[in-house]
Amino acid sequence: MVSGVAPDFEEKHAMKVLVPVKRVIDYNVKVRVKADGSGVDLANVKMSMNPFDEIAVEQAIRLKEAGKAEEVVAVSIGVKQAQETLRTALAMGADRAILVIAADDVHQDIEPLAVAKTLKAIVDEEQPGLVLAGKQAIDNDMNATGQMLSALLGWSQGAFASELDIDGDNAVVTREVDGGLQTIKVKMPTVVTVDLRLNEPRYASLPNIMKAKKKPLDEKTAADYGVDVSPRLEIVSTTEPEARKAGEIVGSVDELVAKLKEAGAI
Amino acid sequence: MAVLLLAEVAGGELSVDATAKALTAAKAMGDVTVLCAGAGCGGAAEAAAKLDGVSKVLCADDAAYGNGLAEPMADLLVSLAGDYEHIVAPATSSAKNILPRAAALLDVMVISDVSAVVDANTFERPIYAGNAIQTVKSSDAKKIVSVRTSTFDAAGEGGSAAVEAVAAAGNAGLSEWVEDKVAESDRPELTSAGVVVSGGRGVGSEEDFALIEKLADKLNAAVGASRAAVDSGYAPNDWQVGQTGKVVAPDLYVAIGISGAIQHLAGMKDSKIIVAINKDEEAPIFQVADYGLVADLFAAVPELTEKL
Ligand SMILES: Cc1cc2nc3c(=O)[nH]c(=O)nc-3n(C[C@H](O)[C@H](O)[C@H](O)COP(=O)(O)OP(=O)(O)OC[C@H]3O[C@@H](n4cnc5c(N)ncnc54)[C@H](O)[C@@H]3O)c2cc1C
Ligand SMILES: Nc1ncnc2c1ncn2[C@@H]1O[C@H](COP(=O)(O)O)[C@@H](O)[C@H]1O
Repeated sequence: MVSGVAPDFEEKHAMKVLVPVKRVIDYNVKVRVKADGSGVDLANVKMSMNPFDEIAVEQAIRLKEAGKAEEVVAVSIGVKQAQETLRTALAMGADRAILVIAADDVHQDIEPLAVAKTLKAIVDEEQPGLVLAGKQAIDNDMNATGQMLSALLGWSQGAFASELDIDGDNAVVTREVDGGLQTIKVKMPTVVTVDLRLNEPRYASLPNIMKAKKKPLDEKTAADYGVDVSPRLEIVSTTEPEARKAGEIVGSVDELVAKLKEAGAI
Repeated sequence: MAVLLLAEVAGGELSVDATAKALTAAKAMGDVTVLCAGAGCGGAAEAAAKLDGVSKVLCADDAAYGNGLAEPMADLLVSLAGDYEHIVAPATSSAKNILPRAAALLDVMVISDVSAVVDANTFERPIYAGNAIQTVKSSDAKKIVSVRTSTFDAAGEGGSAAVEAVAAAGNAGLSEWVEDKVAESDRPELTSAGVVVSGGRGVGSEEDFALIEKLADKLNAAVGASRAAVDSGYAPNDWQVGQTGKVVAPDLYVAIGISGAIQHLAGMKDSKIIVAINKDEEAPIFQVADYGLVADLFAAVPELTEKL
């Protein structure tokens, strides 16, 4: 401990960080729409942690390493198989995990509003000082859960963060916005959603993967928190987008210019 | 049915293109009132009143709305929500920050990035980076919808709606604005440009991105980039095109030194004509390109710039 700092200083300011992580189809997998229009085929495809959530877990671990957080708790809401996603978070360095089972069928997606309500109940129980969520789940592309959770808690929000600096009762968040970057100062506790440029997540080492198997993973159900997860949006159909046909390969810049003129593009 | 359209207001001015495109979608849901919120947003409100098909414009003029902070903006929407079945906004970074917050306060789902309006309760939206299109029907009392502007034509001018001031809804002071870092540019705006020239990791450095910019200037185009180019520091974050960046659909999109990952295609595959310049003939970008040129960009791009 640094001399001159009152012994209770660290304790008073060290906080718990909650990181919601979603199990999604791996970003490298080519998605296939089922022929009957009922959805996307998720049977036997590689599933991973939502890439933005890896960035959130990494940030939480860095806060702990910097002495600004005392505990990192990962939470996932969905099917039982999300256990694997939580084990990944634990292997990266999260301290413990909470799995909220809210569906049996891997094809059932829990909507952001229901996820946010479940997370709200967990926040009420766990009293974290910070929630670090991903900006967007790459399956439903909603970009909503963090903002919704912040609203339900009555907290401040720092969405799409590419820099985060926590200083006592406030955090300074630099946000990726359409025009460039916006910096805001938010009151703690807060919900921050992370963007791609915040950090580069670490890989879990083999010893840490082994250690993660022994870390606590609590299993709950949505009913334990009294949350109704039935969807507000009925999925009428899921279809394949119109395919683009590949065009032609041109042999030279001159030919390209000629073709573009012919097509009226220039 | 009554629709409240949150206009995109930046620096006190109306972003006409984004707002007019979202207006087209909003008109398919009902009778549209536009809300302009900002610090000194009277000019924006006047501009919104001229858009074709607007019934009324509300102007919430207050310092709390000057920087688009999500907390006061969401509270404002909630304070006005009683009169409307729909709250709609263009899917800008600002609306993506605000709408989900307002939706949760109203206990309804948000319907993000809508690409088509089937009827007032039913919407199409792309999921999985645009690899599937989902049609969803809302059972909520209110529909909170962000609109993917690239798939709607902008509503024209010719309206003359009345402008009405509305009271601000307070500011709990949960967050405060510190600064904006916005690059000034004479180039067209990325999401409304007729031509976009984008560079990827293949460009190799920030200095060499000048090659992309020179070609863009010759074509009076906006400049875009892949995530890899942004992550590597060759281009600023607001140039990123893709699943988690901007979605564009110009008449002409030129992809240079970009491999064509699905996350990039998600942001540009609805462009009318796609040109790809890449030295690897196997690059997936050629599968969506109308005209592909297999070449070293350091030779091809300067030559193209010169010959245009
Ligand atoms: C959660 C998530 C979100 C993402 N969101 C986005 C997004 O919004 N937008 C986005 O773009 N990506 C996004 N990505 C990243 C995406 O998966 C790809 O990694 C990225 O698009 C690759 O960028 P690139 O094509 O520039 O680079 P690379 O894939 O490395 O391709 C570089 C290309 O340049 C070519 N090249 C190299 N040198 C030359 C030369 N001298 N002349 C001609 N050609 C040359 C090569 O042949 C190669 O095809 C996301 C990824 C994840 C996981
Ligand atoms: N089912 C879930 N379980 C845990 N976290 C989730 C879940 N759904 C969404 N999230 C979190 O919310 C973020 C945004 O998701 P979304 O709003 O669905 O785009 C994700 O990156 C996660 O951090």
